[in-house]
Amino acid sequence: MAHLSDEQIKKLEATANTIRQDIIAMLLEAKTGHSAGPLGMADVFTVLYHTDAIKHDPKNPDWEERDRIVLSNGHICPVLYVAMARAGYFSVEELKTLRKFGTKLQGHPHRLVLPGLETSSGPLGSGLSQAAGMAYALKADKKKNQVVCLMGDGELDCGQIWEAAMWAGKNKLDNLTAIIDRNNIQIDGFTEEIMPLEPLDEKFHAFGWHVLEINGNDIRAVYDAVFQARAIFEKPVCIIAYTIPGKGVDFMEQDFNWHGKPPNKEEGEKALQELRTLGGKISGE
Amino acid sequence: MINPNLKLNPKLFKEDIEQVPTRFGYGEGLVIAGKENPNVVALCADLTDSTRTSVFKKEFPDRFVEVGIGEQNMASLASGMAAVGKVPFISSYAMFSPGRNWEQIRTTICYNNQNVKIAGAHSGVSVGPDGATHQAIEDMAITRVVPNMIVIAPCDAIEAKKATIAAARHKGPVYIRFTREKTPVMTTEETPFEIGKAEIYREGKDVSIIACGPLLYEALKAAEELAKEGIEAEVINNHTVKPMDKETILQSVKKTGCVVTIEEHQAAGGMGSAVSEILSQNHPAPMEIIGVKDRFGESGEPHQLLEKFGLTAPFIKEAVLKVIKRKIKLKG
Ligand SMILES: Cc1ncc(C[n+]2csc(CCOP(=O)(O)OP(=O)(O)O)c2C)c(N)n1
Ligand SMILES: [Mg+2]
Repeated sequence: MAHLSDEQIKKLEATANTIRQDIIAMLLEAKTGHSAGPLGMADVFTVLYHTDAIKHDPKNPDWEERDRIVLSNGHICPVLYVAMARAGYFSVEELKTLRKFGTKLQGHPHRLVLPGLETSSGPLGSGLSQAAGMAYALKADKKKNQVVCLMGDGELDCGQIWEAAMWAGKNKLDNLTAIIDRNNIQIDGFTEEIMPLEPLDEKFHAFGWHVLEINGNDIRAVYDAVFQARAIFEKPVCIIAYTIPGKGVDFMEQDFNWHGKPPNKEEGEKALQELRTLGGKISGE
Repeated sequence: MINPNLKLNPKLFKEDIEQVPTRFGYGEGLVIAGKENPNVVALCADLTDSTRTSVFKKEFPDRFVEVGIGEQNMASLASGMAAVGKVPFISSYAMFSPGRNWEQIRTTICYNNQNVKIAGAHSGVSVGPDGATHQAIEDMAITRVVPNMIVIAPCDAIEAKKATIAAARHKGPVYIRFTREKTPVMTTEETPFEIGKAEIYREGKDVSIIACGPLLYEALKAAEELAKEGIEAEVINNHTVKPMDKETILQSVKKTGCVVTIEEHQAAGGMGSAVSEILSQNHPAPMEIIGVKDRFGESGEPHQLLEKFGLTAPFIKEAVLKVIKRKIKLKG
C-alpha cells in the first residue's frame, strides 16, 4: 500500500489550510452558501484531489480510467470547487463567481456546466444510488475504476440511501466506497436529536458493507482508509469519517447554525486570520 | 382602474411599499390555524426555520413533529395522522414536497382524500443563488393534476396567511406554494380572500392579464404602463389554480377578447395551461402564456433570473401588445 512520508503530510496539511482559506474567501465574495460542512471536509477533499488516492486528470476530466467521485451532499460544493480549482480543473480566480449569475460554480453542482463533475446534486439522498449504478456497470464491463460517494450524516435520514445501501450490499460492489461526513450536525440541530443514526457502523454492517471508522480531519487516516477500501474484497466499503463541522475556524466549530450561512465581512476576516496563523500557533504574514 | 372595493395597499405603487416573503405569511397563518383548531399539527423535514414552521413550533412545541430529512415518510405519516383525526401541515421546499414525495401525496393523501395540507416553500426561480436544484417550477403542474387536491399560489404574505387559515378550515388535501424572497405586499387584512374565487384587482376592457403569486405585482405594474399608452388592462389575481374560478375568467375574457397569463413556473402545465384549458373549451381567444419556457433555473440574484426568464413587467407589456394585435387581426 502507498504510504505518505511525514514531509508529504506536512505539505498536504498546508494544502488543506489553503483550501479552507479559499472556502472562506469565496463565501465572503458570494455572500451566500454553506460554511460548516465544507470546512470540515477540507482534509478529505485534499486527499481525494491532491494525492494519488484517486485516479483523475484535471487536464482530461473525461479520462476513461479515472475513478468516479460522486458528491451526494451537493451543498458542500464550496470545498469541491476549491479542491478542483487548486488541482487545476479551472482557475482559482473563477472561485469568485460562486453562486453568481452565469457561473459554472452553481449554488449546487451542475454537471453540464462544469467539466469534472460526475453528477448534479443538491437534493439529498440520491448520490449513493447513482454511485452504485456506476460501480455495478463498471464491474460488469470488467473495468478497474473505483467509485467514491460522499454523503452527509444528516443525509442518511433519506430512505433512498438505505435502498441503495441494501442493493450495493446485495451486489457485493467492492469497487464502491462511501465516505460519510460524520459531523453530527444537520440544519435543525444535532443529528442524534433530529434523527438518531447510532449505531451507524452496525447499520452498514447489517446491510452487507465493510465499515472503517476514522478521524476525517487526519489526512494520513483518510489516505490510508481510501487505499484500504480498494483492497476489500466482495463488499462495498463505508468510511465513517468523524469530522468537526467548521474545522479550523474556532467560532464555527461544532455549531449547526453555520450549516448554511456564509461569514460576514468581519467574521470572514477573523476566520482568515485564524487560518493564516493556524490559530495563533504561527505569526502569519 | 385599481378596484377600490378590494382595499388594496394604499402604497401599491409607492417606492416604500412593504416587502415580505410569502412564506412568512405561512408561519403566521399556521399559528392562527393552530389556535382555531387543536387538531392542527405541523410536520417538518429538517427545514423548520426557512419554511417558517419554527413560528408554530415555538407556540405549540407539543404539536410540532420533526421527521428528519425524509419527505416521503413525512407525507405518509401525515396521511396516517389525518386518518385518525389530525389536521397535519407538512412543510419543506417545494422541490422536495410535493416534488420528491409526489407519489406518496397522490396515493396516500389524495387517493384516500386525507385532510393533509402541503406547504411548499422556495418555489420559483426567485429562490436565487441556490440554483436549479432548489427552484421548483413544476410544482403546480404536478399537484393540479391530482384529484381531490386544491392548489393555491398566494400573491403576498397577507394572502399567504389567509390561504393557510382557509386551508385549515377546508376539509381535504390542499397544496400552497410559497416563495423565498421578499416581495411587495399588495393586499391588506381587509382584502377579500376565498379559495376558488379569483379577484379583479384592476378593471379594464382591452386585455385580461391573469396572474398568480408575487408576479401579480409585475402584472399590475405592466397595466399601469399600458394605461399611459391608452390600453386598459384588466388584472386578475387568480390565486386558486385549482379549482379555478371559471366564471370570473370567462366573464373577463368575453369582455376583453384576449388574455395574457403570468406565473413563476414552467409555462407548460401550470396556471396558464389551466386557463387555456378553460378558454379553449368555452371561449377560445388569442392568448399568451408567460412562464419558464422548458428550461431549468440557475444561480443568480432573483431579479436577474426573473429578467432572464422573461417574467417581469416589460415582458408582460410586450405580450399584451402582441396578443392585442392578434385580436385585431382576428376581428379582421
Ligand atoms: C431531499 C432534501 N431535503 C432537504 C434538503 C435541504 N437540506 C440541505 S442540507 C440539509 C441538511 C443535511 O445535513 P448533513 O448531510 O449532515 O449536512 P451538514 O449540515 O453536515 O453539512 C438539508 C435538510 C435537501 N437538500 N434535500
Ligand atoms: Mg452533518
